[in-house]
Amino acid sequence: MTPGNGKPGTMSPATTAELEALRREVAAWRAAYGKLPLREGNFTSISGRSVEPVYTPVDLVDTLGGTELPGNFPFTRGVHPTMYRGKLWTMRQFAGFGTAHDTNARYKFLLERGQTGLSVAFDFPTLMGYDSDHPRSEGEVGKCGVAISSLADMETLFDGIPLDQVSTSMTINGPAAMLWCFYVAAAEKQGVDIRQLQGTVQNDMLKEYQAQHAWIYPVEDALKIIVDMFEWGSTHTPKWNTISISGYHIREAGATATQELAFTLANGFSYIEHGVARGLPVDSFAPRLSFFWDVHNDFFEEIAKMRAARRIWARRLKEKYGATDERSWKMRFHCQTAGVSLTAQQPMNNVVRVAYQALAAVLGGTQSLHTNALDETLALPTEESVRVALRTQQILAYETGVPNVADPLGGSWYVEALTDTMEREAEGLFAEIDAHGGVVAAIEKGWFQRQIASSASRFQDEMDSGTRAVVGVNAFVEEEPDRPLEILKIGEEADRTQRERLGRLRNERNQAAVERALDELGRAGREGRNVIPAMLDCARSYCTLYEIRYALEKVYGAYREPVFF
Amino acid sequence: MTTQTKPLSRPIRVLVAKPGLDGHDRGAKVVAAALRDAGMEVIYTGLHQTPEMIATAAIQEDVDVVGLSILSGAHMTLFPRVRKLLDEAGRQDLLVTGGGIIPAEDAEALRGQGIGKLFGPGTPLADLIDYINQWAAEHLEQ
Repeated sequence: MTPGNGKPGTMSPATTAELEALRREVAAWRAAYGKLPLREGNFTSISGRSVEPVYTPVDLVDTLGGTELPGNFPFTRGVHPTMYRGKLWTMRQFAGFGTAHDTNARYKFLLERGQTGLSVAFDFPTLMGYDSDHPRSEGEVGKCGVAISSLADMETLFDGIPLDQVSTSMTINGPAAMLWCFYVAAAEKQGVDIRQLQGTVQNDMLKEYQAQHAWIYPVEDALKIIVDMFEWGSTHTPKWNTISISGYHIREAGATATQELAFTLANGFSYIEHGVARGLPVDSFAPRLSFFWDVHNDFFEEIAKMRAARRIWARRLKEKYGATDERSWKMRFHCQTAGVSLTAQQPMNNVVRVAYQALAAVLGGTQSLHTNALDETLALPTEESVRVALRTQQILAYETGVPNVADPLGGSWYVEALTDTMEREAEGLFAEIDAHGGVVAAIEKGWFQRQIASSASRFQDEMDSGTRAVVGVNAFVEEEPDRPLEILKIGEEADRTQRERLGRLRNERNQAAVERALDELGRAGREGRNVIPAMLDCARSYCTLYEIRYALEKVYGAYREPVFF
Repeated sequence: MTTQTKPLSRPIRVLVAKPGLDGHDRGAKVVAAALRDAGMEVIYTGLHQTPEMIATAAIQEDVDVVGLSILSGAHMTLFPRVRKLLDEAGRQDLLVTGGGIIPAEDAEALRGQGIGKLFGPGTPLADLIDYINQWAAEHLEQ
């Protein structure tokens, strides 16, 4: 492999003869090391990878590791030459609960305290495309996020927040197109030019079937709608990321770091291939594809994962998919600290876990970050716990000096070797996925789901047997129970308020316009046209989320899960 | 480290169920596999089940124990609903237990409504295997 700076050899730290000498020296050192006593401990990564006691240039595939420059292809060291000197990462706390009115107040609280982007957490009914007054929604309205059942709720959610001046991330998948249409229509109502809208809809259905499971339609129909969004978005909302290809949920469901890396990238390639199959030029939509990684506890493994991800994406986009626009090669991503790593026991310790994970995300070169609050394993976070989480990022940004240098771990023999190793391992998994007939076929066979569940069981076994220490859970356990934290309680008021609001909406809107818009959406679906223009008309006419979902369910049917454990 | 109890003449039958809309099935699948490995007969419902679907499955499959996994905050609605449906079908004998993100005081309140012990994050699998074995030893015909 050749280094990315285009000047092989000129910066080489070692000649072949010197490397040979080093290799002999390392072998002798290993022999001596093997006779030394070691403490009892687990010297593997959290993903179960064995880790060497020390790394040197002989561990690298490319002995020039670390001499590539940030902002240069293949972007191992970051997508921008200036990195955090140019712009700090966006501090984006995922938030939502109760009604649109409740969450609007939390957004204003966060913006006033220096948060720089918004991130909408929807409740489960919204995530599944049900209205708050649908029978399936009972007990869940506003509990785990905000309830949004129509454009009217979206207008309230962003009341007093000019949509051309914030960037908004929306974690929504099954009904991503519907919520995005509500957002675009809300911007129109504010009088904002939608070409200026900045933000992201998660819209990554492949990982829903693999891991997070908020699905509606069968796989190929869901992919069709996603490509509709690529197509429509590339001309109408050119600054909007129409997908955030997410490893987060794959990892949280139990995957190892390498599985997260490889499955997510494979999903990314699959989206590229579906877009190209539609006839879209790759450079027309690839620059608007963004990514989302989990940041778990194993510090160096996480950093290497992000470095490897950028490099693999850049090379594939250029070499396999023929992208020529540099923006298509650059993998930009958001990170969230690992929810699954938080412990209910001794919950204050979570502040420390989150801080290490946040540091790893920044050393990995993230563009945006959510830091979990210490109480998120118990409930949705309180204002106080969210403030500590946000302050964790601000301390990192303004006190530690970390953002002053791009990719400060570049050139570390360990990090470079681990980056190479994870790249190789990912390539191995891509071959396995291909052998299963590609991403969609492997989903339908349940292959990804089994791989993930088996990694989750391995981790649980390690925890139960004590070979994997989790402080406060199976190590350094306190005899005394923890002092109970004050946690956020979500009552049933949201449910009542939403029912009343929806009742009013259904009475007051123009019913004929609603029916016309829904009919046209069904027609667009049946005729295989791009469904976004008709769906946007549904949003503007105040059709509800479930009405829109159902109009297309009549065309596509519903997804059936392969059940196993 | 499971508790030694008089063995049943048949395996304990457990329905592991995911009520509600959340898709977090990592815990449900890990638990289902662990209970199976501990010698129980386990049926897993899959995701997005209504309380009615769960109660019907429990009765049709003739299980002893129903384990619900809820991480969506809807536990105060869903646990009592499943309990009530089973009671109405004359199946007060079934144990309804489970786990997820459930604050201690909610778990306490649910115990008062006929729900068994609820297990939170960080629970060793042996604890819930022990709990079910213990319950079976006390409640099922030997």
